[in-house]
Amino acid sequence: MLQIEDLWVEVQGKEVLKGINLEIGKGETHCLFGRNGSGKTTLLMTIMGFSGYKVKHGKIIFKGVDITRLPINERARLGIGISFQRPPTLRGVKLKDILNICGNGGHKGREMAVSYGFDRFLDRDVNHGFSGGEIKKSELLQLLSQNPDLTLLDEPESGVDIENLNVIGEMIKKLLQKDIHRGRKKSGLIITHTGFILNYVTADKGHVMLNGEIYCKGNPVEIFQGIQKYGYQECIKCMKCNI
Amino acid sequence: MDINDKELLSKFTPASNVDAVEGIDKLQDEEIKKLQQTGIQLNEEERIGSFIQTNCNVVHCDCSVSGVELLPVKDALKKYDGLSDYWWRLVSKDKDIFTEETERNLDNGYFIRAKAGEKAVYPLQTCLYIRNDNVAQKVHNIIIAEEGSELHVITGCATHPHLTSGLHIGISEFYVKKGAKLTFTMVHNWGESIYVRPRTGVLVEEDGLFMSNYISLKGVKSIQTYPVAQLKGRGAVARFNSVVVAPSGALLDIGSKVILDAPETRAEIISRTVSNGGTIIARGHLVGKARGVKAHLECQGMILADKGIIHAIPELEAHLDDVDMSHEAAVGKIAQEEIEYLMARGLSEEEAVATIVRGFLDVKIEGLPPELEEELQNAVSECQQGGI
Repeated sequence: MLQIEDLWVEVQGKEVLKGINLEIGKGETHCLFGRNGSGKTTLLMTIMGFSGYKVKHGKIIFKGVDITRLPINERARLGIGISFQRPPTLRGVKLKDILNICGNGGHKGREMAVSYGFDRFLDRDVNHGFSGGEIKKSELLQLLSQNPDLTLLDEPESGVDIENLNVIGEMIKKLLQKDIHRGRKKSGLIITHTGFILNYVTADKGHVMLNGEIYCKGNPVEIFQGIQKYGYQECIKCMKCNI
Repeated sequence: MDINDKELLSKFTPASNVDAVEGIDKLQDEEIKKLQQTGIQLNEEERIGSFIQTNCNVVHCDCSVSGVELLPVKDALKKYDGLSDYWWRLVSKDKDIFTEETERNLDNGYFIRAKAGEKAVYPLQTCLYIRNDNVAQKVHNIIIAEEGSELHVITGCATHPHLTSGLHIGISEFYVKKGAKLTFTMVHNWGESIYVRPRTGVLVEEDGLFMSNYISLKGVKSIQTYPVAQLKGRGAVARFNSVVVAPSGALLDIGSKVILDAPETRAEIISRTVSNGGTIIARGHLVGKARGVKAHLECQGMILADKGIIHAIPELEAHLDDVDMSHEAAVGKIAQEEIEYLMARGLSEEEAVATIVRGFLDVKIEGLPPELEEELQNAVSECQQGGI
């Protein structure tokens, strides 16, 4: 589904990603761990193609197409969707409007909003005065309407209270087809700080990112437990041993 | 080329010197279409009445609701003995050369009075239309919302689609009495070489509400408008909303002032402006003079084309400590972040810009005909062509 080959990325003249290699297969969910400022968000934003994230070297291949230089909307059309950690407020643009845009004119947005108890926000300006949890729900609803094949989630659990974590988890499971066990087609890449989301959504692989490089790959739960116990410092040590 | 006020006045022929049409049935199709785009429903659907003046002639003046009195202002002056309590009370007749000229050579205008307790369901529409080239139209309007009444007036001001130049001077004095509610929606749809000089005063008494919606989306040479509302009774409220697009070549000097002169009065001035190459001066002035007043001012401007200028001038003036007054002003181009957010949802860059501009200009004004909604959409796509 997604292959990233030796990706080097600059943000405002500063080298942030330093030779990332990553492969996500069809139906797989991967988690990305790492400290603040390690480059996790940069990786997601670069995959989506946002301006300000300058690819100096390397390739991003999605469904066999080199998308490294494609505009954002063409990547979206190919089947990549993203949930932002802090999306902008769009004054005068209603949630129902953006759900329409995401669904490309389809009418599933309202139905889904109702099923997740979010329909009273349909006539509100997108993200205007939304709480942390409401922003996440709004982002996930947009993605559900968009129905991407690869979903990029930037800290979907941050700012969400315990009660709502369950709903957020359900929405992500639906996005990533966790109800299907054979022939699952949807893939995901999830940035998580707290790892809470792993209690709700199973992941196939975990990666640890430090200083713009991916250090460790493996079972996401084991990696997360290791980080909890020994901290990121141990990852660096461990990686050094491997060299 | 700049032209001073005196030259401006002498440049145009008084409307009283030119012939006008006898009735609205004589208007051409393209004129009718333009009036519809200006918010006028010629079939009077969902309107309680209409006043239509072309040049200096009142061609239509009829209201179906007995609780609302509608007259050409010259008739009202005769009927009510010069309207001495209302005539030149809120706008000074020697304010400037335009008020002086209107006092000397009045063409006409409308007089509207909602009787005490009358609550009109649908709007009353008025239309001031300049039909001939190089004409100066001078009108003086009075609206009185008597105690406990409710009224919505939609005014469409326009010029003939092929007009090259003209001047419109409009004096307006609005009286909102105790507990009354007056909504005044004004749509300007002029031509590219038209000069517009409205002079407006508003008085709001105890628990009265005055709400103004102002829309100008099309080309115009210059508009200078600065209504002043005085809140004279406890709990009076004034709200001004403006949605303005300045195409290349237009100078729009728009704004409003509210004097909160009684306890617990409230005011809000909100302007959304888009420069598509033209110049906009967005003014707002709130004056707090009594205890417990609350007022907010918001000037939001978007520049979409090179050479566009937006000059926001928000002013707050407090005369005592027990006031709550604030302002917020922001001017700039559309945030790239917002465009890319929508692109990530599948829109092209052009579509994303259009969606954001449409949202920015989105105003919910009740009773506007679909033609005007369409005009808003057209203005957005014109903005886009200028912007990208």
